[in-house]
Amino acid sequence: MTPELGQLALILALLLALAQGILPMLGAWRGNRALMAVARPAAAGQAVFVALAFGILVWAFVHFDFSVQYVADNSNLALPWYYRIAAVWGAHEGSLLLWIFILNVWTVALAAFSQKLPEVFAARVLAVMGLIAVGFLAFIIFTSNPFGRLLPMPGDGADLNPVLQDPGMTFHPPVLYTGYVGFSVAFAFSIAALLGGGLEQAWVRWARPWTNIAWAFLTLGIVAGSWWAYAELGWGGWWFWDPVENASFMPWLVGAALIHAQAITEKRGGLRAWTILLSIFAFSLSLLGTFLVRSGVLTSVHAFASDPRRGIFILIFLTIVVGGSLLLYALRAPKVASGKPFKLVSRESALLIGNLMFAVAAAMVLLGTLFPLIGDALNLGRISVGPPYFGFLFPLLMLPVVLLLPFGPFLRWGKGDASALKQVLLRAGIAAAACAIVAVFFVDGQLKAIAGVAAAVWIIAGVLLYAYKRWREMPRGRRYPAEMAGMLLAHLGVGVFVAGVLLSESLSVTSDVRMAPGQTEHIGGYDFRFDGVHRASGANWRADQGVITVTRDGRQLTVMHPQKRTYLRGQVQTESAVDAGIFRDLYVALGEPMDANKVEDAWSLRLYYKPFIRWIWGGGLLMMLGGFVCAADKRFRIKRAATEVVTAESLQVQETHA
Amino acid sequence: MNRLLPFIGFMLLVALFGFGIWWNSRHDPNAIPTPLLNKPAPAFVLPKLYEPTQTVSKADLLGKPYLLNVFASWCVECGAEHPMLEAEGPTLGVQLVGYNYKDAPADAKRWLAEHGDPYNLLIADEPGNTAIDFGVYGAPESFLIDGKGVIRYKHIGPLTPDVVASELKPAIAALQQETP
Repeated sequence: MTPELGQLALILALLLALAQGILPMLGAWRGNRALMAVARPAAAGQAVFVALAFGILVWAFVHFDFSVQYVADNSNLALPWYYRIAAVWGAHEGSLLLWIFILNVWTVALAAFSQKLPEVFAARVLAVMGLIAVGFLAFIIFTSNPFGRLLPMPGDGADLNPVLQDPGMTFHPPVLYTGYVGFSVAFAFSIAALLGGGLEQAWVRWARPWTNIAWAFLTLGIVAGSWWAYAELGWGGWWFWDPVENASFMPWLVGAALIHAQAITEKRGGLRAWTILLSIFAFSLSLLGTFLVRSGVLTSVHAFASDPRRGIFILIFLTIVVGGSLLLYALRAPKVASGKPFKLVSRESALLIGNLMFAVAAAMVLLGTLFPLIGDALNLGRISVGPPYFGFLFPLLMLPVVLLLPFGPFLRWGKGDASALKQVLLRAGIAAAACAIVAVFFVDGQLKAIAGVAAAVWIIAGVLLYAYKRWREMPRGRRYPAEMAGMLLAHLGVGVFVAGVLLSESLSVTSDVRMAPGQTEHIGGYDFRFDGVHRASGANWRADQGVITVTRDGRQLTVMHPQKRTYLRGQVQTESAVDAGIFRDLYVALGEPMDANKVEDAWSLRLYYKPFIRWIWGGGLLMMLGGFVCAADKRFRIKRAATEVVTAESLQVQETHA
Repeated sequence: MNRLLPFIGFMLLVALFGFGIWWNSRHDPNAIPTPLLNKPAPAFVLPKLYEPTQTVSKADLLGKPYLLNVFASWCVECGAEHPMLEAEGPTLGVQLVGYNYKDAPADAKRWLAEHGDPYNLLIADEPGNTAIDFGVYGAPESFLIDGKGVIRYKHIGPLTPDVVASELKPAIAALQQETP
């Protein structure tokens, strides 16, 4: 009975979403305040019913209700409770329910904090959120019902994909989705602005923290995903340019561009059309990510069974949402160049170049991701584009960003001072060159590693120089407002990330070896002694567990336990052992026994020494932190709401004059 | 016009995606081209499920075509496929060889007792090593192997009545015409 209540709740939520999407829109158009006032209560009601549906599915998992097909497919009696909760978003239907649940959390937050926005504008923003919810709720109800029954009820269920039975994977999807869905706020703002006829600077200021928070969540989600791939897949890699990774990376790139474009629009009034376009793109790419993963158009490790009806539904939805917004953009985008003028040497120019690079990089990733599909379309046969394409083009596109990054903060709005730039160039340049020369002696002349040291020092020195300048020139208390601190942290993160990528990629040592018990391998200055394999077991798996004792100069450092797990339903999963450190990771993955009948004998093993790999995620986390800190700036709260209510007409006048 | 460019670009993408869905509906995305098709099946020696001391090799099965059906008790989809094999197995006109994959023999026997045993012969590959030679990457999978030991047809995933009627039976019919 309860699962049917879940379905009923979804239907009621759909009805409320329709009300939230249509009535305030009509109200804003006709100037009817009663209709506009529907937005908030409808959003709240929808959230209640969606939360109810979500709660019912969680309850079904927790209580082993195998009469629900989705529960029976993704859990069983032996699955620990925390993985049973994570199993809610372990497959298609539930992950969509999570998507809509998070959309509702964002909408409710938006409804609560938008009280000071002009009534018409807030009504339109909430209506756009409602229309997005309509699409997703209809998708769930008509093609992907998580509450479908399985009769007769089986005594036990199948299993949660063992690949997902990992702490990193339990929170990766919710965090990632929070990021994806968060871009809907900037999107809704842009659509509302296009409908109303102009993008007010104050509204952009108000939208900025939302974008920052969404982007920070997306960053965290990607970091978690990357960490999971590293720890779980057993290849020691941290990024694979897999279509699904790309699907999350494209909105991230556009989101990074959007954060900077919004800063220009808010502070200088310029680039309105570009900011609007980027916010449409950021959310569209989030939707596209969902489409690519869920439609089965691209086959990837993540895209499991798919149903063409779903593909067609998402495609139609995507066409309406993205096509509609781009058409609206074509018709209504601000036609007149607006904002204060700027010279070639200025902060605007630097931000624009960065923006352009991020946008082109996102387009490059999109092209690479869709290439197999284009190959099919042009009848070129099965083509896939892999790391060589991305690994070559992406660093090339990011090179200007890395080179320009230290200058950005030093440049003034409008017209920058070239002599200040020379100083930065000199100081950061000397620091980078000096460190690179020192590095030559430590990295055996590996060019990539030297470049990594130089690039990282260049960025970090630039950030520190600017931090020092603020310290010297600004009075106490006004040196590092949150917005500034966030920027510094995020840029510092870029430096740390660059160091991590280039150093770990160039200095890692990998060894595939056959090891008999007692045998020792010497890698990266460490001795790995294989002490054989024994049996281990957990709640729903049994495993062959290797014992590897690591020593350095005869001193024992750690004992590592890589596993090869067999889950209840026969799926085999490697569980690598990682000894983490700030400057290096030791990583061991258990391969196969040399003789299947003598598991206590020799095994194939993969041993890694990975210096600085943790800096990759450390850099990502710093970027995330930067996003959150930035969003906390008091400046973004609406203070003078009353004076900032500007009608569309006066805005257009203002724009023509600008 | 400039402002229409994003829209036009997106519409091209939509056309591409529409094509992708159409393409996938005509071509099974799971139809991984198997390099083994029309090649001799890999040699194998595997114990019988019910008499583990006796083995069956590829050579033992030469002479008559057979359908090698990879299944396991842990595989949910196999349960869905099984009634079909029960019903259609005897009418196929070839031997049905059950290939028990990565399964504890006791579990497999219990599962067969419960669901019925349509197989003429049952072999067991508990470690799953031979399955690697066959390129098996999940259960269920089915291989149609002719009297000369050549793989003539392969299906990944459960054999549905549709697949049996439109693919498997024609493939068997083609075999039987060759060797009258």
